[in-house]
Amino acid sequence: MSVLELRGIVKAFGANVVLRGVDLAVDEHRVVALIGGSGSGKSTLLRCASLLETVDDGQVLLDGEDVTDPRADADRVRRRMGVVFQAYNLFPHLSVLDNVTLAPTVVHGRSRSEAAEEARALLDRIGLGDKAAEYPDRLSGGQQQRVAIVRALAVRPRVLLLDEVTSALDPELVGEVLALVREVAAQGMTIVMATHEMGFARQVADTVAFLDGGVLLESGPPAQVLGEPQHPRTRQFLRRVIDAGRL
Amino acid sequence: MALRRRRRPRPVLSAPVPGGGLPPPSELELGRRAWRRRRARRSTLVALASTLVFAVVAYVAVTSSPGWPRVQATFFSPSAALESLPDIARGLVVNLQVLVVGGLLVLVAGLGTAALRTLRGPAWAPLRILATVYVDLFRGVPLIIVLYLVGFGFPALGLQGVPTSPFVLGTAAIVLVYSAYVAEVFRAGIESVHPSQRAAARSLGLTHRQTMRIVVLPQALRTVTPALLNDFVALQKDVGLISVLGAIDAVRSAQIQVGQTFNFTPYVVAGLLFVLLAVPSARLADAVTARARRRQQSGSLL
Repeated sequence: MSVLELRGIVKAFGANVVLRGVDLAVDEHRVVALIGGSGSGKSTLLRCASLLETVDDGQVLLDGEDVTDPRADADRVRRRMGVVFQAYNLFPHLSVLDNVTLAPTVVHGRSRSEAAEEARALLDRIGLGDKAAEYPDRLSGGQQQRVAIVRALAVRPRVLLLDEVTSALDPELVGEVLALVREVAAQGMTIVMATHEMGFARQVADTVAFLDGGVLLESGPPAQVLGEPQHPRTRQFLRRVIDAGRL
Repeated sequence: MALRRRRRPRPVLSAPVPGGGLPPPSELELGRRAWRRRRARRSTLVALASTLVFAVVAYVAVTSSPGWPRVQATFFSPSAALESLPDIARGLVVNLQVLVVGGLLVLVAGLGTAALRTLRGPAWAPLRILATVYVDLFRGVPLIIVLYLVGFGFPALGLQGVPTSPFVLGTAAIVLVYSAYVAEVFRAGIESVHPSQRAAARSLGLTHRQTMRIVVLPQALRTVTPALLNDFVALQKDVGLISVLGAIDAVRSAQIQVGQTFNFTPYVVAGLLFVLLAVPSARLADAVTARARRRQQSGSLL
């Protein structure tokens, strides 16, 4: 059984139909990379999966449970997923440590000392242990995004959703964030990531899925989708990416 | 007026050069600094001179006017001021009580109203509409009319348990009006927090209420503190309006003395006391505003 399964997801904002029936299954310990141009629906798909948007049709299943059922408690469902955003979205009025311990203490009812100990261990591992007491605006973009990943991991999610986590970063800071994602993936975390980093997707993802105009046109192993794309739209997209020097 | 502008140390933008601090300024930079200094000095002198000229002209114009001796005796009589001071000061204590009690109630009621107005979903529509109507109504009605309606209307009902003290009714009227203003300040603050903050909080599993309490409100409060302090300064003088209900506050005490002596100096005394009360709050509001701006623009020039 897949950890996360999307069935026929449809989402529109007013007259603008962003997703036109997307199916995607993510098995445990697998990494799925969502690729596609801007406006193709990658972010919206992740926001639907994390219940930050209400789908207009279709189902999201988490461990086989239909979480788009209006009777499901969305707050309880969100506790089992971790989301990392393009713009980090750390809480600016809370210290790095409090950002990480907020959900474990408030949502999961863990004791403050236990949560802090665990958070410090996580921060130490990503080399930001000495920043625990700092506020987010004192950190570089790369550091902030790594804290955001740790914050999402601190709730021990079943699946981690990464929404273009390196798109807002200076090129020299992209590497440190990708290294952390790679490490998290290597430890067996189930991950869905929207990304423009084709090279990274090729190395780390088990499956690459190409979204275009709200439709999932092609998906498969990276070597196949990125190496021998079947669909003309995929070939066109990848050619543009190559021309832009991103592959 | 500050004659010399104090320089706040600017954060050093470039990384320190190894083995030395900032390099010595170039001729060009020294020239620019000298020019800026000259210009600052000239501006200060011009401002000082024009202020002096204006003050002298105003003083001469007022004191040489034909009615000045009379005005001085009726409005600025030292003996009348001294005589009225104790009663007015006692009255001011009443104003301060209204200010403290009312101020706290306004904060609570304003925040509550703002929270109601930001509720989403059809189930909350009645409360949301009620809050909107309340805000529209009480921001529109002049405070003095609310004071009359509450202060004279409620006791006239003759209901048991309705307080008749002008202190309580006056405070209630002021709270009604100011809460509507403060609710809008809070609402602006809540809406100024970027939606991505809410998304981040909800994605961690926080409920709407937890998100509001832990993530949105603390950030909103920081944004609106200067505006709230500004409203507090306005409240400080408006508490003097409870005198129209007969509460013996500073204004009413002054009025009584004026009625007895036909000398208007007590009004001036009461006015000065209110100003003294307002100055520290106004400076505090300035300081908080400046701090908030600095924090937002740290590093940038304008």
